[in-house]
Amino acid sequence: MTDTVIEISGVSKSYGGVVANHNISLKVPSGGITGLIGPNGSGKTTLFNSIVGYHPIDEGSIKFKGEEISSYRVPQIARLGLLRTFQQTRIYSNMNCIDNMLISIPHRKLGFADMFKNRGDKETMEEVDRLLDFVGLYEKRRLISGDLSFGQQKLLEFAMALMNRPEVLLLDEPTAGINPTLINGLIDRLRRANEELGITLFVIEHNMRVIMNMAQSIYCLAHGELLAHGTPDEVQNDQRVIDAYLGAH
Amino acid sequence: MWDNISILTAAPVFNIQLILDGLFIGSTFALAAYGLALVWGVMNVKNLAQGDFVIMGGYVAWWLGKQGIHPLWGLPVSIVVMFVFGWVVYVTIIRRVIDKDMFTSLLATFGLAIVLAQALNLMFGPEVQTAESDFAIRSYFDNSVTVADIKLVAFGLCGVLAVAVVLFMKNSRMGQAIRATAQDARAARVMGIDTDKVYAFTFSLNAAICGAAGALISMIWVIQPFYGIGHSIRSFVIVTAAGFGNLGGVIMAGLGLGVMEQYGGFVLGAEFQQACVVGLLVAVLIYRQLEMRRHRQVVQ
Amino acid sequence: MESFNPKLHLPILIFGVAAPFVIPGVTIQIAVLWVMVLFALTWDIMGGQMGYNSLGNILFFGSGMYISALVQISMFANVSEYTASSGAVDFTYTNSEYFWGLGWGILAAGIGSALLAASLGWTLFGLRGPYFAIGTLGIALTAGELMGTWEWVGAGGGLAMPVYPGSADGKSLMFYFMCFFAAIGTYLFCSWLYSTRFGLAINAIRDDEQKAEAMGIHTLRYKTIAWSVSAFFLGISGALFGNMTGFVEPLEVAFPVATFGIFMVAMSLLGGKGTLWGPILGAVLFHILKEFTWTYFLGWQWVALGVLIIVNVVFFQQGIMGWLMEKFPERFGIIVDKKETAK
Repeated sequence: MTDTVIEISGVSKSYGGVVANHNISLKVPSGGITGLIGPNGSGKTTLFNSIVGYHPIDEGSIKFKGEEISSYRVPQIARLGLLRTFQQTRIYSNMNCIDNMLISIPHRKLGFADMFKNRGDKETMEEVDRLLDFVGLYEKRRLISGDLSFGQQKLLEFAMALMNRPEVLLLDEPTAGINPTLINGLIDRLRRANEELGITLFVIEHNMRVIMNMAQSIYCLAHGELLAHGTPDEVQNDQRVIDAYLGAH
Repeated sequence: MWDNISILTAAPVFNIQLILDGLFIGSTFALAAYGLALVWGVMNVKNLAQGDFVIMGGYVAWWLGKQGIHPLWGLPVSIVVMFVFGWVVYVTIIRRVIDKDMFTSLLATFGLAIVLAQALNLMFGPEVQTAESDFAIRSYFDNSVTVADIKLVAFGLCGVLAVAVVLFMKNSRMGQAIRATAQDARAARVMGIDTDKVYAFTFSLNAAICGAAGALISMIWVIQPFYGIGHSIRSFVIVTAAGFGNLGGVIMAGLGLGVMEQYGGFVLGAEFQQACVVGLLVAVLIYRQLEMRRHRQVVQ
Repeated sequence: MESFNPKLHLPILIFGVAAPFVIPGVTIQIAVLWVMVLFALTWDIMGGQMGYNSLGNILFFGSGMYISALVQISMFANVSEYTASSGAVDFTYTNSEYFWGLGWGILAAGIGSALLAASLGWTLFGLRGPYFAIGTLGIALTAGELMGTWEWVGAGGGLAMPVYPGSADGKSLMFYFMCFFAAIGTYLFCSWLYSTRFGLAINAIRDDEQKAEAMGIHTLRYKTIAWSVSAFFLGISGALFGNMTGFVEPLEVAFPVATFGIFMVAMSLLGGKGTLWGPILGAVLFHILKEFTWTYFLGWQWVALGVLIIVNVVFFQQGIMGWLMEKFPERFGIIVDKKETAK
């Protein structure tokens, strides 16, 4: 059995009077791909935001490799190696792709003097080229990233996340807005990132085909509560999950 | 400094004077801050020229006073003039920067603040001015507390104006449209609200509110072309402390600021009055930061 | 870092060295031009490259001026006696006293201002956007007023700087070259800084600070260093300017928020913020325009300055350099993929 890398127990979060997450407990095993599904407004992104430190949680604990992180701030958590991508893609839009990649190096390893080193040594540049090639943006590497198409920006954001060498990557709807013909390529890349680079993935996804295909274990949220958990087959055939998606209650 | 504090403890009646003066002047601060909260909340424009609008409104009333018209009549004139002026500023400047990033509107209004302050200076000179209302000044507590009637009148007018604005926002079509736009501009647009017009009206309304505050300030206190920035900072302090969309908070913070400024000026000396305001700004900002840090967020 | 480009750098260098000998009548004006270049460059570290518009950077100019004055005076005299006399008592400095004092004064001005920026940054950098702008503006305004009430440093009356122990021409020539080298130093430092990882990081903060934090960048550390760097050079410029003028006064000379403080912003915007050469270009243009036209405005020049800022921000936001980059991207090494550009 693999180790648990993220352990969430009893997490609740409400905005004003609206309960976004209620008493959620789940475990993300190290080295695998774990899915998080649920209808719109079921509290998936809220849970992600709680994990990476965008807001305090009301109750419960969030542990990363046994370390309690629920009071840490965003950059601290990122430097631990727990990274997230955004539903609304976020890149440094006035910089070109190479610069976007160069500044995404793992900052936990940077000392004071490293801040004033040259932008990229040979080794780093090679890695940038390799990763841009990996996501298929090598040809566009010198373009200002804000000029890329939406899908390309999404790929760039993914490449930036890989550049950071995280241990765990939280992906918020990686296939949303991506041309259906490119989705298979993206799934393949996510899987390769998981297998070859050893990055644990925790993925919010609306596209059932994608997530069922990819994840080894899936959690389903509805109305801010944990509804079901199991392998893709189990979750797919769970009557409660089907009801939640169809709106029957 | 300690001498001044001992005066306050030895003769408590001085406290009444300071508190009253603080409340009177604070009511005008609250009025201007409410205008800032309005444009900030509805249009997300941080108007650095806020204080200069106030001063400009004050000069309208003062100038009319010099022409022999009682400055209280200058109040409605100032409101109308500033409303029109606000509309012009919106059409020429604000409309073009509203959908750009925040720094753009900040710097544009900063430029506007310079233009207004310098233009007023050229037109009316750098002297400190007061619009004379010729109202009686009454003394209480054996002449140890003096209150000019105009201050009471101004305080009452502030209240009337605040209530009028609130009623307007609650009940009129335009007020509802403004509130809808503040909630979600895109949704409002989809629902057929002309948001450009709403923005223009909101900004003009803010300018008119500033004009009213300025006219009152010119009667109960002093105006000078370069005092605008001080009023801008005051408005920022109040809105930051109270948060926009919180009218009660704005009023309390405005009155509180007025009183604190009076105390600061009395205890430390008048030359520290501006330093007191900035000190308060920094204190409020630090407090807000600590509060936000608890929420793992930043003040923005 | 930009390598030495003879076509670009050599003429500037030659002009800078030759100017005080060829056109000695305007030595001081050109010295001020170099100070302006320094102003614009240092403002742009924050405003252009990092996206933090400080409206109160003039604070460090003034702090540098006062620090250097106090260091220079206190090394060989008693400060309170010196200020109380308001220059009536003649304190004569020997050559070595003057120059040692000046050297230490300039160094202390730079370091002291940088430390001031670092400590202020700790308080102010939790703030974003408008709060930062108005907070810095307020602090700079207040600094001038507070210095004006502090008797020990001469209060509102100001204090006279130690007198240069030589001829007036020698003095202006020396300070001219000091200003020139300070500007060149700032330029070289910025040019180097923007070529490092540090430059990338502050650009990232400008583009999307939340993303930068989510990627683990030590944003506070970068911001504090950036501000300290600009304060360091501003402090030095303050020390030079104070010594050049010979007299320090809180509101008009040391903390001129409404003149130099605003010029910094206007010059960077005019030339194009966020570029290395934009602020320089803006400073040169602005200074030349100002020197030639200022007196013809009959008092309306300040209004014109405000209008310039508004027009600049509203209609010409990219500034001259930004406009050139849009017009001729290939000259600046920017690659635009026209057929692939998708919005």
